Amino acid sequence: MPLLEVEDLRVAYGKIEAVKGISFSVEAGQVVTLIGTNGAGKTTTLRTLSGLLKPLAGKITFDGEVINDMGAHKIVAKGLAHSPEGRRIFPRLTIAENLQLGAFLRKDASGIQRDIERAYTLFPILGERRGQAAGTLSGGEQQMLAMGRALMSQPKLLMLDEPSMGLSPIMMQRIMETITELKAQGTTILLVEQNAQAALSLADHGHVMEIGTIALSGTGQELMHDESVRKAYLGED
Amino acid sequence: MNDLPQQLASGLILGAMYGLIAIGYTMVYGIVQLINFAHGEIVMFGAFGGLTAWLLLPQGTALTLALPLMLVMAVGVSVLVGIGAERFAYRPLRNAPRLAPLITAIGLSIMLQQLIWSFYPDAKKARSFPQFSGESVQLLGANVQRGELFLLIAAPICMIALGFFVAKTRTGRAMQATSQDPDTAKLMGINTDRIIVTAFAIGAAFGGVAAIAYGLKYGQIDFKIGFILGLKAFTAAVLGGIGNIYGAMVGGVVLGLAESLATAYIEHIPGMELFGGGAWKNVWAFVLLILVLLVRPQGLLGERVADRA
Repeated sequence: MPLLEVEDLRVAYGKIEAVKGISFSVEAGQVVTLIGTNGAGKTTTLRTLSGLLKPLAGKITFDGEVINDMGAHKIVAKGLAHSPEGRRIFPRLTIAENLQLGAFLRKDASGIQRDIERAYTLFPILGERRGQAAGTLSGGEQQMLAMGRALMSQPKLLMLDEPSMGLSPIMMQRIMETITELKAQGTTILLVEQNAQAALSLADHGHVMEIGTIALSGTGQELMHDESVRKAYLGED
Repeated sequence: MNDLPQQLASGLILGAMYGLIAIGYTMVYGIVQLINFAHGEIVMFGAFGGLTAWLLLPQGTALTLALPLMLVMAVGVSVLVGIGAERFAYRPLRNAPRLAPLITAIGLSIMLQQLIWSFYPDAKKARSFPQFSGESVQLLGANVQRGELFLLIAAPICMIALGFFVAKTRTGRAMQATSQDPDTAKLMGINTDRIIVTAFAIGAAFGGVAAIAYGLKYGQIDFKIGFILGLKAFTAAVLGGIGNIYGAMVGGVVLGLAESLATAYIEHIPGMELFGGGAWKNVWAFVLLILVLLVRPQGLLGERVADRA
């Protein structure tokens, strides 16, 4: 049984349907990516999976339980972490406090401390600036913090929404390397990206979203070599 | 000017009371960006709760002994009304346009006034509140009534406790997170509904303390006291920077001092004889608000909210 199974999911903002019946699944240990242009419904999908939006119809099963009507804070408790689009770190709290909030539902103080140290090892810059207000970090550093914070809940599935958005090429590469590293450690990841090249090269499975539907699915490699994908998303003609 | 210490003391006492009530506006605004205009009535209910406790005690009970019970009752009643307001008046409107909860707040405050007017015994006119007997106390060259001492002790304790709670406890941290970014707070596993209720409850509890302070200071309460108290405290919250708990206290004290000093001294300024005295104090309070907001629209301790995505 897959860790996450989405069946015929539909989501609407008022009368406008942003996700029009999509189905896909994520197996434990996999990296699955959703790619597509702005407005394809990728972010809406993630926000629905984490409980910030309520689905109009369809069924979301996570770790053997239907989570359609579960509150966002309960879904995190089940092990689904979401690093949101635009990073959304808490700007007036320190880096250390942001990381601690990522572990809000955990009670094991020593384990939390150990994982904070691990985040500092993964991203040394965060350790150097741990006492600084998170709003003072650069975009790339904020992205590191957002990912570190999401990992603090010890998720079974980590959802990353546009981790490379607005970053310099060097920083983008750094973030993608980190995702590769997390994958190698066995973290299950659902990755939403506009940088299709990078996302497909490290994904086991990919789905191409177009205006609220899944237009094409395949392994990362298959999609990377698919002609229509190359034309539309990889900038080739 | 030789009564300056006295005027400063009066201003400080008045300001501490405004500040305690202003906490209620600022906590709720900080979390849900809602001005709970019924907060003054929550304070008023607390005052009647405290009075009820006094009336239920056997006649002749010493006020010092009765005070803890009156305080518990005032805080209890205020918190119940505050939580009830959140649950039944504001929560159903959480995603409604901003005007809806605002109008609801005004309706709620009229309703709460009328409930006391209609159902509390003899509350169609002012009811007297128990008073400490005995001489006033000398404090740094000022006469402070015994009833006012309560406020001078209670306000700092409340503020220190709140500061500790917000900065050091898990719920306090969750409260800061919710205020900065509610959606992301949910993604951390924070039950933001509970945080919102907590904000209402804390604000109401402070209102309950202020209600006892009001009764002890003025010696009588009625169903209308919430209106002007609420308006002044709201002014204090905006003056200090709404959303900032220390700003609420600072705004309260600045406002209290301004009222007290304006009442005492403006009429002695040549040419201003007509604009002094107690009748003009509210005018000066709002003139001060306008002046501060012209220079610092975010209030004295407020932060610009540009970092809110």
